[in-house]
Amino acid sequence: MKTPQKINDQIIAIEGVKKNFGDVTALDGVSLNIREGEFFSLLGPSGCGKTTLLRMISGFDSPSIGSVYIGGSDMTNVPPNERPTNMVFQSYAIFPHLNVAENVGYGLKKQKLPNDEINRRVEEALALVDLEGFGARESHALSGGQRQRVALARALIMKPKVLLLDEPLSALDKKLRETMQSELRKLQRTVGITFVLVTHDQEEALTMSDRIAVMFDGKIAQLDTPEGLYKRPKTKRVASFIGVMNFIPAKVVASTKTKLSLEVEFLGKINVTASNKIKPGDKITVGIRPEMLTILYGETDKADNVFSGMIVSASYYGDMTYYEVELKNTDINVMVSMRNTSGRPVLLTGTTARVGWGCESITVFDG
Amino acid sequence: MRQESPVGKGPATRWRKPRFMPSMSAGGWHGLALISPPFAYSLLMLAAPLLLVFLLSMWTQNYLDLDRTFTMANYREAASEKLYQVLMIRSVVISVIVTIVTVLLAYPIAYYIAFYGGKRKAMWLLLITIPFWTSYLIRVFLWKVILGYNGVLNGSLIGMGFIEEPLTFILYNANAVVITLAHAWAPFAILPIFVSISRIDTSLLEAARDLGDGPLRRFLRVTLPLSMPGVVAATLIVFIPTVGDYVTPRLLGGTDGLMIANMIQIQFGKANNAPLGSALAVSAMVIVASISITFVLLNRRFLRAKG
Repeated sequence: MKTPQKINDQIIAIEGVKKNFGDVTALDGVSLNIREGEFFSLLGPSGCGKTTLLRMISGFDSPSIGSVYIGGSDMTNVPPNERPTNMVFQSYAIFPHLNVAENVGYGLKKQKLPNDEINRRVEEALALVDLEGFGARESHALSGGQRQRVALARALIMKPKVLLLDEPLSALDKKLRETMQSELRKLQRTVGITFVLVTHDQEEALTMSDRIAVMFDGKIAQLDTPEGLYKRPKTKRVASFIGVMNFIPAKVVASTKTKLSLEVEFLGKINVTASNKIKPGDKITVGIRPEMLTILYGETDKADNVFSGMIVSASYYGDMTYYEVELKNTDINVMVSMRNTSGRPVLLTGTTARVGWGCESITVFDG
Repeated sequence: MRQESPVGKGPATRWRKPRFMPSMSAGGWHGLALISPPFAYSLLMLAAPLLLVFLLSMWTQNYLDLDRTFTMANYREAASEKLYQVLMIRSVVISVIVTIVTVLLAYPIAYYIAFYGGKRKAMWLLLITIPFWTSYLIRVFLWKVILGYNGVLNGSLIGMGFIEEPLTFILYNANAVVITLAHAWAPFAILPIFVSISRIDTSLLEAARDLGDGPLRRFLRVTLPLSMPGVVAATLIVFIPTVGDYVTPRLLGGTDGLMIANMIQIQFGKANNAPLGSALAVSAMVIVASISITFVLLNRRFLRAKG
């Protein structure tokens, strides 16, 4: 279980790690602390170095420059079999020649435990992942979801200090993936082990993690809580990787301590709240999330800024509808998401609509 | 077989025939036509001679003609005669040793090519087949040159001062047969083992490492069991033909190295007793088949797992 004082203890420290594979730089100076007991995610597009970083923690790759500390000791050159980490592989790597119980108990065999003890712990581990009574199953008779649970049980039975998960959900279908997301989160809370997850799926990272490191081009672009990443992305690239964001170029007309008056080409003036050191005359980009924009239905609906436009596409998701609206007299298209409630019928493509824009919910990026 | 259409509508005549028959038989004939040339070939070249050998083994040779009354006398003689027993046992023992030596030597080579071959895998595999570019007889004679009394091996060892007298236990006996056969069959053992090692998912090897195994334990617990299908195939490919080999023992085996196939050849030739030769051949076949089947059954748990 997590306790407040424990969460500040760092279990993994990565210091100035660089890794080159031939001419390719996979990691370009990464430093990072992971706290004990947290669910930490490495998120980024493929080729960003997240898997290489995970393999460095597990010991399958060693850094060209830099050090890796686990539990306070230098593990930079310690082989994977001597590290207090265990891994759930992307392909699950279930041994095809062993049955479920033999797979789960694989790592215990070396510890010369009595058979009763091994069997008891295997049953315990299987119960933890809801696979009671599956011990005698042949591994090739398992479904994708079951294979994943076996891989989890096989790693957790080792009682590692850190559990590493390499895109563990990418091979599952959407429905199962969503179930496993919440189960993994619960499992992590139950066992209290630090989980480090590698994923390219931002939604997965947001829903499961305590903290996320977003990686681009072998570097950490931003390390924050899911909420922090979503609400306060530092760069446009992070903003567009985490969820959807509308970007609108603008010029600062006037600024006070808390308010900016912006001039947008063709669109006119907008007033927004942003405490920043932005001077009048600066060219900036304004970012706003689709759910912070609204379609104004009645003539009486009001917002800080109102623009009219035309709906160019409407995607209905049941609870929500996503509209793409082309703002009048501009070539700017914005995404607007609206909760479907009784007073708001779904609007058709081609209808004109008024888009309301609150002044408190924007992010300002340079350039 | 007639069946009613599950769909009630439509003209009745259309459904009178079972619908699957025409298409199935068309496909069936097509397939038969495709396999018939090789089928006829194997019928003529394999099944017919085999049948002839079976029949022959139950007849009797009366100098120039055959007595075609059914008898098991040839089998009784094959089983009871001391000489045949010795030759049969020796053939199996030599083959087993050849198989063990070949597979043990082939495994590391296959392992090396599969894991460390990198971009040169194809080159290594090509190099392995180089001995086949010359005829088997020439290779056997080359072994004579190497292993002979004044041969390359003895000459070098004496020249370097390791021995005073030439070694004699390396030619014209069972050792020479083992050495030559092990060399000749090595590629046949390397290839299936290479294939099955190559098919092992590297993440399984990493998983074993991750779960605490050092390189040796990992080899014994993951690599070896998963490459067993290749080892079993290599064993059968080497064992089955070498039991019946007669060129090698004839040329290199001396008198101590003769095998059952040499005796079968003698029966068909000089001894002019084809029925006894056939009975010996059938007996050898049965023995080899039972050993092979037992071996496969003993290893079935490795063969069942899907790599």
